[in-house]
Amino acid sequence: MSDTQTFLDTLTARSQQRGAEPTWIAARRQAGAARFEAMGFPTRRDEEWKYTDVRTIAQGNFALAENADFSQAQAAALTLPLDAYRLTFVDGVFSAALSDLEALPSSVQVMPLSKALVDNHEAVGGPLGRLTGVDFSPFAALNTAFMEEGAVVRIAPGTVVEKPILLQFLSRAGTPVMCHPRILVEAAGRSEATLIEHYIGEADAANFTNVVAELMLDRGTILNHYKLQEAPLGDLHVASIHVEQSRDSRYSSYNLNLGGALVRNDLISDLNGQGAETNFYGLFFGQGRQHVDNHTKVNHNAPLTFSNENYKGILDDRAHGVFNGKVYVKRDSQKIEGFQSNQNLLLSDRAHIDAKPELEIYADDVKCSHGTTTGQLDEDAIYALRTRGIDKATARGLLTLAFAGEVLEQVALDVIAERVELAVAGRLPERFNLAGLVETAAALND
Amino acid sequence: MLQVNDLHVTVDGKEILKGLTLTIHAGEVHAIMGPNGAGKSTLSAVIAGKDGYEVTQGSVTFEGQDVLEMEIEERAQAGLLLGFQYPVEIPGVKNIYLLKAALNAQRVARGEAEMPAPEFMKLVKEKLGFMKMDASFLQRAVNEGFSGGEKKRNEILQMLVLQPKLAMLDEIDSGLDIDAMKVVADGVNSLRAEDRAILLVTHYQRLLDYIVPDKVHVLVDGRIVKSGDAELAKELEANGYEGIEESAA
Repeated sequence: MSDTQTFLDTLTARSQQRGAEPTWIAARRQAGAARFEAMGFPTRRDEEWKYTDVRTIAQGNFALAENADFSQAQAAALTLPLDAYRLTFVDGVFSAALSDLEALPSSVQVMPLSKALVDNHEAVGGPLGRLTGVDFSPFAALNTAFMEEGAVVRIAPGTVVEKPILLQFLSRAGTPVMCHPRILVEAAGRSEATLIEHYIGEADAANFTNVVAELMLDRGTILNHYKLQEAPLGDLHVASIHVEQSRDSRYSSYNLNLGGALVRNDLISDLNGQGAETNFYGLFFGQGRQHVDNHTKVNHNAPLTFSNENYKGILDDRAHGVFNGKVYVKRDSQKIEGFQSNQNLLLSDRAHIDAKPELEIYADDVKCSHGTTTGQLDEDAIYALRTRGIDKATARGLLTLAFAGEVLEQVALDVIAERVELAVAGRLPERFNLAGLVETAAALND
Repeated sequence: MLQVNDLHVTVDGKEILKGLTLTIHAGEVHAIMGPNGAGKSTLSAVIAGKDGYEVTQGSVTFEGQDVLEMEIEERAQAGLLLGFQYPVEIPGVKNIYLLKAALNAQRVARGEAEMPAPEFMKLVKEKLGFMKMDASFLQRAVNEGFSGGEKKRNEILQMLVLQPKLAMLDEIDSGLDIDAMKVVADGVNSLRAEDRAILLVTHYQRLLDYIVPDKVHVLVDGRIVKSGDAELAKELEANGYEGIEESAA
């Protein structure tokens, strides 16, 4: 039996279990399944997947979770300490008990996809899949075939959502399961919001998450989008994020990756109206045999659009990182600015990075730059720290933290910046461990 | 406390120190003066353990320990601390991290427990106040974007927090205006103690108006050619190094 067939069989079983659905949903599902079957899982012969081997996903046998059982205490230990509107999913299944939408203003809709598909399916049918179609990748097709849960966020024109909207995905230990969350955000003109996707779970979990997010930003919208990926080290994680930006909108992505055995993020912004701006900040930290692949693409489809990207990777042990960043400027999209930087720090001789920045420009009046560097730590700085009595390992730890700090200083949410800093410090091997230091510095701010 | 005996050091095959001998006892402040290129900075760099300096002859002992056999961080942990002429910028590493990591390293090396965070913060804030530095400075990266004067104050702040047994200050006065010089000198003077020694390396006598040394040594062409008390520095100011060089020759 082929790898693809295992997934298709699971899908068939689920469909029989599920019963009747609105026609458009069933048709979408079928199209996803057909496309997935035709494409199969990508192999390293596919240019887009050249450095990432997905056989651990393809050859896995993942069930679908049947419930969202998870105690309040367990969840509390994993939840970000933030005052937020919160939707919680346990192995992809929505948990009303662990969610909190109290005091959500009427100008903002936040609901689980399962509810939207029942209550309001016609309104969802239009936008869903408009940015990420089944042709985007086998994973997007698979997501479409399986989609039943996720989040729908709609923000009315001019609304400033005061609290962040937190989508929390918890991964349980036990029989490996898969989930295919679908996130749809429609932010109407001049609205402003912060969206957080948080992936975390029990240490021994080994589940597969395949998420698709479609974010639609109307004129003058501001969206800050955090993706904090702290999945258990056995988890497999594939994410496709597609952003559509109208005139004068501003999107900022903070793509922070610490967890997962195999991680692939695709992040795409379409800058469709002049004055639109996109900022991609990324940090990935791999240890052991973690594999973290970030593919980003900015499409400057209109003149006077701006993009700024800064991705940093830290790789230790035998970890493998991939950075592929494309900046595309459409014919005659003049006066655009596109800046891209990728820096990687290798802490071990066996750690590895494949970095590939790409510019594709079809206009002549543009300002674009890109660059990627990979290196080790600065020896002069190590010496200076050692002359203060700090041993070599700690000095290396401090400098590693500093390297991550250049991305984290862009993070406006202190809870997230401090948490990631602490995670980087605390996960450094033994005497690199600077968690105590970071805590002291954080206490100083209080 | 510190015994430097017949020290010969080469850099890139060129001999810079040519038999330097120096003894510093606890409680003393020594100043080494000399023209450019005499080897002043080489001496402190060798004692601190910087790469690229080859000791071909002689010895350096600190409280009976062979300094040249110690790791760089072990020297600092033992109480030998160098204040740099050109402090290194360390982008992203917050001052507070450096201070805490350095202090704890020293305490752990002495077999003591790490200092509890509240006590540490109290200590640091007191020293910051003494150096007329703002608390926001602790969250800034080490020396990054600092003015010359701020960098030098930062070096002294580290000394005040770490309380070395022997503080070596390499051209600590360079690039300082008179107000900054006074703050730096106050910091250094506050370190003076019975059980501590200070070694100042300087080109100009000006600093020694504020930090009055017990002993002054003139270093010319890799050797100490004359030693005396604070008066010697004033003579040098009046007559320059040339007279000394001639008398030594």
